Amino acid sequence: MTEIIDRNYAGEGIYRENIIDHYTHPRNFGKLEKFDVQHREFNPLCGDETTIEIKVENNIIKDIKFHGKGCAISMAAASMLLSELKGKPIENIKNISKEHVFDLLSISISPVRVKCALLCLETVRTAVKIYEGGIVEKVDKKVYM
Amino acid sequence: MEISLTKQFNVEKIRKDFPILARTVNNKPLIYFDNSATTQKPKIVIETLNKFFETHNANIHRGIHKLAEESTLLYEEAHKKVSDFINAEFEEVIFTKNTTESLNLLAYSLFNNLKENDEIIVSQMEHHSNFVPWQQLAKSKNFKLNFVKIDKEGNLDLDHLKQLLNKKTKIVSLVHISNVLGTINPVKEIAKIVHENNSLLIVDAAQSVPHMKIDVKDLDVDFLAFSGHKIYGPTGIGVLYGKKHLLKNMAPFLYGGDMIREVTFEYTNFNQLPWKFEAGTPQIAEAVALGSAIDYLNEIGPERIEEYEKYLTNYLYKKLSEQKDVKIYGSKNRSSLISFNISDLHPHDVASILDSEGIAIRAGHMCAMPLVREVLKEPAVCRVSLSFYNTKEEIDKFILALDKVRRTFKK
Repeated sequence: MTEIIDRNYAGEGIYRENIIDHYTHPRNFGKLEKFDVQHREFNPLCGDETTIEIKVENNIIKDIKFHGKGCAISMAAASMLLSELKGKPIENIKNISKEHVFDLLSISISPVRVKCALLCLETVRTAVKIYEGGIVEKVDKKVYM
Repeated sequence: MEISLTKQFNVEKIRKDFPILARTVNNKPLIYFDNSATTQKPKIVIETLNKFFETHNANIHRGIHKLAEESTLLYEEAHKKVSDFINAEFEEVIFTKNTTESLNLLAYSLFNNLKENDEIIVSQMEHHSNFVPWQQLAKSKNFKLNFVKIDKEGNLDLDHLKQLLNKKTKIVSLVHISNVLGTINPVKEIAKIVHENNSLLIVDAAQSVPHMKIDVKDLDVDFLAFSGHKIYGPTGIGVLYGKKHLLKNMAPFLYGGDMIREVTFEYTNFNQLPWKFEAGTPQIAEAVALGSAIDYLNEIGPERIEEYEKYLTNYLYKKLSEQKDVKIYGSKNRSSLISFNISDLHPHDVASILDSEGIAIRAGHMCAMPLVREVLKEPAVCRVSLSFYNTKEEIDKFILALDKVRRTFKK
């Protein structure tokens, strides 16, 4: 059996001041009046859901917003990541690594919270694929049916 | 009342039977409040598993050597213990992997007896295990699936059930105790209603068998399913009860070894009950250990367990309802679990901070997404589910820890 060491990686350690700040005052939160692509992702494990809308001009992210419901980790991650993306080439999204999101959060993410932290990254990545016509958005968004 | 009950029910002595309760989590004593997901195991169950592998291990129902004889005897004795525990006949109890497999066995076997456009009824408060199998079969075989509504209090709307029942209704499959709301459904009354319509009643008893005395004859249900790991036994062993005359006329779910009497190149005669439904080498050690769990529960007494857990739940309910920012889901008619949310905080955050205090609760949709999302209109909930090894002091610590949750989020 793998020896599991009881270390305090979860719990209050992850709820640092800046996480709580981004959670309670998320940046780029809301809806865009006009957008070029919209995508919703759902994390069935915890019920987190996020929708991201992107306005693109000359392959540059002109505006980007997210809305939905989520835990502090998923909301803070979205808030931090989107702040970075505005004004950058849409191409850039493809090169964002998971580690980059963890770095933005700068807390140690326990295995059970990884999905929370990466929900926004998955959503923007898929949004770019849809924008480029690589995949067709599923019609039935009710993944639980 | 409180004092006499505490004296009568020696929880400190009981806690010593569960080795895991002595450990710490995040340097705090473990407070295990996730008993609806799975219960912890008493020493006797762990020792039985060990002892089986150390001294008796062999395959059952074949081989004439001593070990095979011993393991067969022990396995069948476990069958007998489970049958007696729920007041069923020996032939009426089938061992499966868990409640989910028991319900799938029923769905796959019973659909042979259904015709196109027949109807099946479940409720809005089902766990996915008593919902998805029927939903998928209904889709592929053109059966109609109806849902009994629940009222604002979280109780099953029996008038709605009566309205839904008709000549085409062949199966009604309902949960006994909701794993989200804690609602205790009046199964005996429901059985009468369902049988008057000549339909079959299946009961998902995963959350009721751990907390109350179950007598299948008294309830008069046709089928009943539960899991071993939720009644202090090991994982990987579940139970399906079925009335003998019904099981006799049902097709097997899985085919293979041990479920046959005679096999030729052209035909197969199936084995007698209950083995007809137990294809392949079963979970022998786990079954034997489940037998030990039942011995342990019988020793304490299901009635005493029910009484003590009721006392604990009432205390938890009282304490939680005093918290102004806590919203409780479900009615007062409840088993030993409470689902709630605290202000607008996400249950994952609440659970993470409680974990830092050594308190294990469940956060999410509790494998009942349609209920949580479409009826309660919440993305997720927090759930505390109690066992007879929990204490009033643990509840007090949990209530105090909610303050830490509030402090973290400045609520």
